[in-house]
Order: sequence, then C-alpha cells, then structure tokens
Amino acid sequence: MAIIDAINATLTAGWKGDAGWNLKEYEARGGYQSLKRILTGDKLTPDQVIAEVKLSVLRGRGGAGFPTGLKWSFMPKAAPVKYLVCNTDEGEPGTFKDRDLLAYDPHSVIEGMIIAGYAVGAVAGYNYIHGEIFELYERFEAALAEARAAGYLGQNILGSGFNFDLFAHHGWGAYICGEESALLESIEGKKGQPRYKPPFPASVGLYGKPTTINNTETFAAVPLVFRMGGQAYLELGKPNNGGSKLFSVSGHVNKPGNYEVPLGTPFAKLLEMAGGMRNGRKLKGVIPGGSSSPVIPADMIMDCTMDYDSIAKAGSMLGSGAVIVMDETVCMVQALERLSWFYYEESCGQCTPCREGTGWLYKIIHRIEHGEGRPEDLDLLLELGGNIAGRTICALGDAAVMPIQGMLKHFRSEFEYHIEHKKCLVPREVQKAGSTFHTRMMAGAAC
Amino acid sequence: MLEIEIDGKALQVEEGSTVIEAAHKAGTYIPHFCYHKKLSIAANCRMCLVQVEKAPKPLPACATPVTNGMKVFTHSEMAVKAQKGVMEFLLINHPLDCPICDQGGECQLQDLSVGYGASGARFQEEKRVVLNKNLGPLVSTDMTRCINCTRCIRFTQEIAGYMEMGQAFRGDRAEVMPFVEKTVDSEISGNIIDLCPVGALTSKPFRFSARSWELSRRKSVAPHDGLGSNLIVQTKLDRVMRVLPLENEDINECWLSDKDRYSYEGLNSTERLTKPMVKQGGKWQEAEWNVALDYVAHALRDVAKTHGAAAVGALVSPHATLEEMALAGKLVRGIGSDNIDFRLRQSDFSLDGKRSGAPWLGMKIAEINQLDRVLLVGSFLRKEQPLLAQRLRQAARRGSKINVIHAADEDLLVKLAAKAIVPPSQLPALLAQVVKAASELKQQACDLTVAVSAPAKAIAASLVEGSNAGILLGNFAEQHPQAGTLQVLAQQLARVLGAKCGVLGAAANSVGGYVAKALPQADGLNAARLVAEPRRAYVLLNVEPELDCADPRAALAAVKAADTVVVLSPFKSAAALEYADVMLPVSPFTETSGSFVSTEGRVQSFQAVAKPLGETRPGWKVLRVLGTLLELDGFGYESSEDVRNEILGGTPEFVAGLDNGAAATASPAAAAGALERVADVPLYFADALVRRAPSLQKTKDAAVPAARMNAVTLAKLGIAAGDPVRVKQGDGAAVLAAQLDAALPDGCVRVAAAHAATANLGAMFGQITVERA
Repeated sequence: MAIIDAINATLTAGWKGDAGWNLKEYEARGGYQSLKRILTGDKLTPDQVIAEVKLSVLRGRGGAGFPTGLKWSFMPKAAPVKYLVCNTDEGEPGTFKDRDLLAYDPHSVIEGMIIAGYAVGAVAGYNYIHGEIFELYERFEAALAEARAAGYLGQNILGSGFNFDLFAHHGWGAYICGEESALLESIEGKKGQPRYKPPFPASVGLYGKPTTINNTETFAAVPLVFRMGGQAYLELGKPNNGGSKLFSVSGHVNKPGNYEVPLGTPFAKLLEMAGGMRNGRKLKGVIPGGSSSPVIPADMIMDCTMDYDSIAKAGSMLGSGAVIVMDETVCMVQALERLSWFYYEESCGQCTPCREGTGWLYKIIHRIEHGEGRPEDLDLLLELGGNIAGRTICALGDAAVMPIQGMLKHFRSEFEYHIEHKKCLVPREVQKAGSTFHTRMMAGAAC
Repeated sequence: MLEIEIDGKALQVEEGSTVIEAAHKAGTYIPHFCYHKKLSIAANCRMCLVQVEKAPKPLPACATPVTNGMKVFTHSEMAVKAQKGVMEFLLINHPLDCPICDQGGECQLQDLSVGYGASGARFQEEKRVVLNKNLGPLVSTDMTRCINCTRCIRFTQEIAGYMEMGQAFRGDRAEVMPFVEKTVDSEISGNIIDLCPVGALTSKPFRFSARSWELSRRKSVAPHDGLGSNLIVQTKLDRVMRVLPLENEDINECWLSDKDRYSYEGLNSTERLTKPMVKQGGKWQEAEWNVALDYVAHALRDVAKTHGAAAVGALVSPHATLEEMALAGKLVRGIGSDNIDFRLRQSDFSLDGKRSGAPWLGMKIAEINQLDRVLLVGSFLRKEQPLLAQRLRQAARRGSKINVIHAADEDLLVKLAAKAIVPPSQLPALLAQVVKAASELKQQACDLTVAVSAPAKAIAASLVEGSNAGILLGNFAEQHPQAGTLQVLAQQLARVLGAKCGVLGAAANSVGGYVAKALPQADGLNAARLVAEPRRAYVLLNVEPELDCADPRAALAAVKAADTVVVLSPFKSAAALEYADVMLPVSPFTETSGSFVSTEGRVQSFQAVAKPLGETRPGWKVLRVLGTLLELDGFGYESSEDVRNEILGGTPEFVAGLDNGAAATASPAAAAGALERVADVPLYFADALVRRAPSLQKTKDAAVPAARMNAVTLAKLGIAAGDPVRVKQGDGAAVLAAQLDAALPDGCVRVAAAHAATANLGAMFGQITVERA
C-alpha cells in the first residue's frame, strides 16, 4: 500500500489496502451515506448540491485547481442529454495518487460521480482510466458491478427517480489523453488530440453534448464534502484552498509514496513525513506539482506551504500534487533533458509550435548535456519557449516550456558550466552515488 | 450584426463570424495554412494568430468568434512575433529547396515565408524525413514537405464523404497518410492537390512538366457532366498542361471532379486526328481540307438525290458545343432530312412531341444544398455528377433527408433516410407506389392502381415531411426503357408534394441539344431509330457509336452498313478507320469557341485556350463551310458568337423554355422476372475525350467491367465469383469475369456499358443471359 501517512486523514481514512476496496468495506467506512442523504434523506436539489460544493471550495485535483462547484454550475440546465467524465488518465511524471484511489477506494469515486451526475443532470458517466494501469480498470469494473447490483447505479437510484449509469473506459497510455478534450476524442474512438476551445466541454463535450470533466481525486472528495459539510471541509484546509489533498512524493526522500495532508501544510512537514532526505543529503530543488511545474530551489521551497496560492507565489504550480524531490547529486541539465524528452515524445503533433518546437527544445538540451552546447543555446531555448507557450491548442506546449523556464531561472549557471566545460558541474561519481538505479546495479540487483 | 475593429478599421459582421472571416471582409489578409472556408476549423497551423484587445495571448483568427466591440490587431508587435514564431517552426523540418519542388512558384508556404520567415535558420539539427505514400495514379506525394495542416484529411471526410486520409503517429513523427496500403479513390480526389498549401500533394500527371510561371491561365468550361464546372486551363506553347478549378460558387464552388481535372490528358493523345482523311479504294489518304469537304458535300448530296434526303442521318455527341449542334441540325435539315439526335444513350422517346419544354434540373444547382427532402431516382450519382453528389452530402449534413430508388444500392457516402433497390424493370412501378403513398399521406386523389410496398411507404413518409423537397432523375432513369413513365411519375409526385423535380442530364450539353434543336423537330428519326433503321449516310459529330449509343452493337452494324459515313472528331479510332469514309479533324473544347448549356439551363460560352492541333479546325467552322458548299441558305456566320446569338436571341444567362412537364399519363409496366441487365456508364468511359486520358484510365473507376451479381443470383446460376462467364444479349456476347456485388437486387446482372469489353452486347437494359464460359 502506497499511502504512507496522513495528517487528519479524511479522504484516506479507514483504507485497508487491497482488502478494503469493496462495497461492504466502503459502506462500513460510511460509504454511500452522502448519496443517500442527498437523494432520500435531506432530498437536496441539484442547486443545493452545487451550492454545498461551492461552499467547500473544493478545487480540481487534476492540476488546474479550478473550483469544482463553479465548474458544475456551467452546465446548461435545459440540455436533455449531458455527460459526466472522470479523468483517471494519470500520466504526468511524478503523479501516482489516482491509481491508489482507484485501487483502494474506487467506490468513493463512484459515489462522487453519482452525486455530480445528479447535480449537473447527466444521463451517464465515463471513467477514462490510464492504459498503463489496466488492473485498476478491471477493479473499477468490478466495483461498478457491485454498485449496480446494490442499486446505486441504473434506473431509479435508491427509489429517488434519478437515473444514472457509469462506465469504465481505458485508454492506451497517451499522456495527451489526460487533456480533457483529447480524452473526449479518445472516448469517441478517435485519435486523442485536443479540441480547440471554445466551445468548452460544458457546452459541446462528449458526442457533442454538454459534459463535465473532473479528476478522480476531485470526485473522491465529493462524498466527503457532504459527510463533513461544506464549511467543515473548507476549514480542513486554508481559505480558498478547501480540504485535504493527496501528494505523491517521489525522488530522493527516504519514504516515497502518497501522503494526505490538509492544503496549507508546510513543505518541510511533508518532507519530514516522507522520512526526510535520503542518506541525509542536501536538498537541491523540488518540482512541486508534476513534471510540468517549474522547479523551486531548496531555500524557497522550505518557506512554502503546500497549497495552490503559496506555490503559485513561488513561481510554480501545485498541479496534481506530484512532488519530485531532488538532492545535490542531481545534474539539472540531465534532469531537464529527460523531462524535455517526455514532452517531445508525448506531443500529439496536431499544432505547429508544439509539434515542431518540443523536438527542437529536446535536441538543444540533448546537445548541451552531451557537450555540444553553444553559448547562444540558453537564450534560444527561452525564446523558442516563448514562441510555444500560449500559442498552442492545449496546455501541453506550456507544460513543455515551464520546466525549462524554471530550470534556467534558478539553475542557469549549471547550464552555462555545461556549455563552457562540456561536462557536468555535479561530478559524475557524485551523480552515480545519488542514483538508486546505479547503486542497486552495482550491488548486483536484477534489472 | 456585431461591431468589430480590425487594425483600426471598423465594420459590421454577422453573428457567428470568426475573426478571419471578418478580416477578409475588411480586405485584411491574415496569413493561414489550415483554415479553408469550405472545411471545418482545425486551428492547428497557428499561422493566423492575431492580437485581440484584452486577451493576454495571441488568438487564432480562424477559430476566434467575433464578439461585439472586439478590437483586433493583425500586424501588432504581438501578432507579428507570434506569426513569425510559427513560420520558423513550420520551416525547421520543411525542406528549403523550392527550386526543385513542383509547388515552387505557387506555394502558400513559400509566399508567406517571404513575409514572415527569417533570412537564416537557427535550427541546425537534422531535418525530419517522411516516406512518400502511394495515393494512386492522380496525386503524387512528397510527404517530407507536409506541414500537417490536415486540409486533405478534412476534405476526404467532409466533402468527399469518406475519410480516406488520416494522421498517424505523434509529435514531429506525425504523418498524413491514406489508410494502410490503400489509395485515395474518391472521384473528386484531385481537390486535395489544390488544398495542399505546400508541395506535399501535387498532380501526378503534371508533376515536373512545367513551372507555374511558364503557363498561361485561360478560362474555360468543363465538357463532361451537366454541371459545366468552370475551369482554368493552363497551357504552354499551345499544349494544355493542367486544368484547375475556376471558383464559381453557383456551380462547382472551388472544386473539380477528377474527370474534369484530368481529362485534358486525352487532348494530347496519340489518337488525335490532325489532318482530314479520305478513304479511297479502301485505303486511307490524307487530304487537304477543300478536297475532303468537297468529297463530303458530294457524297451527302448524292445519297440524298439517289435515296431521298431521309437516307441521311446525323448522330451528335451531347458533349458537342451548342453551336456545333445547331449547325449540324441546320445542315441535316438543309439537305431535307430531319434525322438528327444527340440523346444517344436514351432508349425511350415516348415523350417526344408531348414535352412542354427542354428537360432540365428543375432548379438552380446551388438550390440543391437547400433541399430538405430529396428523392433520387435511378442514378449512379457519384459517378454521373460527382459534384452534385457532393452538394447532396452538404445538404445531408445540414439535416436534409435523402431517399433513393435505384437498381443498385450504390454507396452515395451520404446517410440515407430510406431506399428501395429493385430490378430496372420494376423502377416505374416502385415510383408509382411512392406517388400513391405520398398521395394518401397528403390526402390527395391518385388514380394509380398499385399496391404500396413498405419501402415505398417509408420514402413517401420521409418526403411529405419536407417543405422544400426535390425529386431528381438520374442518368440511369433517363436511359431507362420507360424513361418517359418515370418522368411523368416524378412530375406527378412533385405536384403531390409541392416539390421541385429535375432531370440531372448526362452530358455538358444535354439541355443545349434541345435548345439547339439537335433532335427531330417533325418526322425525323430519333437516336434509337437512327440505329434500328439504318441510313445510307451518317454524319457523326464527336460520336463513337460503338461506345456512345444505347445499343452499341446495333449502332456499329448500322454505320458499317452505310454507304457514306462522315466522321467529325478530334480522334481517330480503329473502329472509325473501318466504318468511316471521311474523317475531319474538329477541335476539342480547348481549341474552339463555343457554348454549353448546363443542366440548370445556364449558358456558358468559352474561347479557345490553345491553337488547333495540326490542321484541326473548330467544328462550327467546318459545318459552316459544309453548309456553304452544299449551297444551303443561312450559313454566312462570321463567328461562333453569331451562331449562338441566333439560337438564343442574344446572350442570356439562362436559356428559356425549360420545362420537365409532358402531356402524358403514366402507365408503369413491369416486365417478367427474367435475368435483367443493369448497365452503368463508367465515369471514365463516358465520352471520347475521357476514354483517352491515361491517368484516369489507371484509376479503380476505370477497371475492366465484370458481370456483377449478388450471392443469390450467382448461386442460382451455379457460378462462383471470379469465374469467367459468357454474357449474352440477343446475338451479342462478351466474356467477362463474374463478380460478387451485394448492392444488386436478385435476378440482376450489372454489366457496364461504354467499354470495349462490353460493346458487343446489345441494349443497356433488358434481358441478359449468363453462362459459364
């Protein structure tokens, strides 16, 4: 089980790993109580449901942090056919929280989606699950079967007259399908390429119908909002940053894994929970919100709290909560080369700046890393970045550029050293010593 | 209306307009590649990024809707920086070798790179290479040049109706390609060449044969189907090198069918006749024009004197010009005969003398898009009028319900509301059922005594819902042995529905033939009787009877038996060399002035775009001289315009006297259930010019005809698909391969007409037998 620790566990409270995912265990943890309260107990209207979610200031957990209640309220009331989509195409390097949610608590996502479906008036929902976690797609199907059998899905749910069904749909591992409109294209059976917006999915979405798309963790938090009450959920976090959040901590810490902490928890506290820096080495920098968020140097991140506003103030993004911790053995040029390769590889190829630009960016960084950098390369990288960011159909262009801008802002001297001396500022043997992979190989581990 | 300001220029645009549309309205050019007014918005090239007031980022003009009070800056620092940035990205992987690219000189990327490109490249890495794809005989690829604008993909899907192209792979590995190992076979595929903004897709026949700046661009009109598509014919040293569409929103929009685009290759055929030829003592000899014309005048006069004027007959191609048709008619009548016809593939002439006017489309071509209910009767529409099929597709996209009655379940690449597929002999009865059903639904009296079948009821139910319905009779319906009945029934249905009714018309001058009176006006013989009752002398204007007539076998026998056969044609053929006595080289459409009257009755006159080849002369001049030599009155024309003005009484945009009505009642008769022939006229065999266009002859549409039957018919005959079979009609026979075709009704054999392989068979309709060869 990859949930390591929590402060005031709410979302992950009562999880029992693989033994606790099923309906019986979920109901024992208080599962489906929120749904019952809304549909049959307090008989809340859809507007009241949305108002409560607005009150909780639950913000989208997929990366953009858009207020969930507000998003739901954009759905046109009169449309006869509307859809709800859950985005579990978790593909951002460093992010591994939604897979745990689907593994250990799939019913929370189902319950959250039914409540959301009721609030926005959807006739059906789809959960788009990343292709590389196929076993969780199968588990989600099993959970859906349980929910259907128990009368939580289908016609006349809990005798309330509300009809809603939910389906699982697995992708094939393309990062771009995590972009919500590419995800919709993929569900429709087309090549996963983002759509131009406007129109936004709330007006023209899946199969041309109004559609609401939320992240897995966002849906999982919805039952919690109604169990605790919107105000209490908000107070769990900071003002304008309601609730708790899962953070996927990876990199050079002693205990990498998922942590549930209230928004606003100091980074230092999160690092401490993760067992501190591996081998007591010095912290060099942190990528705080998945690979596309700009790196924050050690001294700055230690002053940050883990919430949308504080990280934004430090010049980065909380994103999906993927915290990649890097210690002093890391060569930032090599790290950036690997990140750039990812965006080059995953660009869908639809629009010019990203299709052509991501490859060019990677090729330049690759050159620098391999001792063939030119003095003008760093300015060229920034200028090309400026020609990509904000010029593309979707945000992948921006995502490819932000890590470069962050690295050059905080670690430019390392790049200059690389260009001038045709080698790393961090000596090779230091890098090797810091590489788990390298030390394990040296110790004779199997690949 | 919305107020918008573009670069300080204020204007009003309609609600729903995009910024690029507004800019074009204001006369401001915004650079773009993927945007095309006829295609969906892709917004992928990003070249049209402009600055919009209050927007933090530049926005794509093609995809940004105008809002009231919007201020747009297309040349501001932010806009130009964005555009230049995109241009740099477009060029990094694009070969910078314009001098060896076929698109050089007419390339959107080349043109825009002058304005937005840098003088040097900052990209010093290796460029991407993309392997070429085989799209078939018409479109050549140079995929390394592709900028992934997806115009070709969107065209095949949205306009041609079938997504034959797609984009595979991701990032800068993305490649535009047809489906694996498939070619692009659409009958309007050539348009992707015009759409391609770079040199990735170019014309295979034209490629590397000339540079665009060496070519003269001249206007002309397509001589094939009834649409009369407007052309730009490009010539170099009086040789036609290429044909492109001339945009005309009312006719062909910005498209061309492949037939209109590539048939020019036939103009340069080795079969061109370049000097008059006379057969003497069984031997062909080249002759001077005056000698040949004297010979013709004497021969015709002799036949008329010896056997009576009625022994002379003329068959005129419906692809001939209005002027040629009129002069041919005048010539024949001057001799004292009335035996002339241009309706070569028609077999039912029962409405002759009863018509209220010339049969025509019954509406403007552009009105087809507006129809909300359509019934298409007896038409291989995609192969008959490719661009009308495209218009129906657009109508269907906008919600029009299309219904079909036909003898083959042809895929129109349109969603159909209802259809009824029956053997040809049952078409009239089926249409009568629709009339009956529609009458009942409209609570109108109907004297037809037919039992209404379920498909007829479904079609009628679909049609009565409409407020702007159209009934269209295809070429197949026009060639049908009960064509008159079908037309009368269609008219009747139109009256019941308050709908428009039209005849699609097979050829460029199918309406013009009526206007020019190239058909019997009194007691003359029509095309069928001209063949069935052989004449002593024939004048053939652009006609190859063994391929162009409803009964090619009888037609060939008739001309072979004649004493004198005068051929006026741009081409010689083995058959003509056998049956003709004189061959006079007359100009194809590119080498003469003339006019076509399109299916909507539009008169389109054109000038020659090239000098006549060799001693070829324009047909109207040849007929004019012949008239003079025969000492006939009224042949003193100075120009083809004189001829036209005499026929039309001036230069009207549309001809008068168009009317599909007829003073006749329908009595649909169904034949017995024998094995019936279903004959189509394949797209690229329909006329003498296209038959000689080599690239078109390499397409899948030009495959050798087979004997096509459905599984039931094959089983009944004990024949397997692929077996060689002997098909027989009367005394005629042909050996063809049997082919499974699930689109046919039981008891039907589809054998194409107009092809040498089937020319020995009889009429296009009627009984046929099939046996193992």
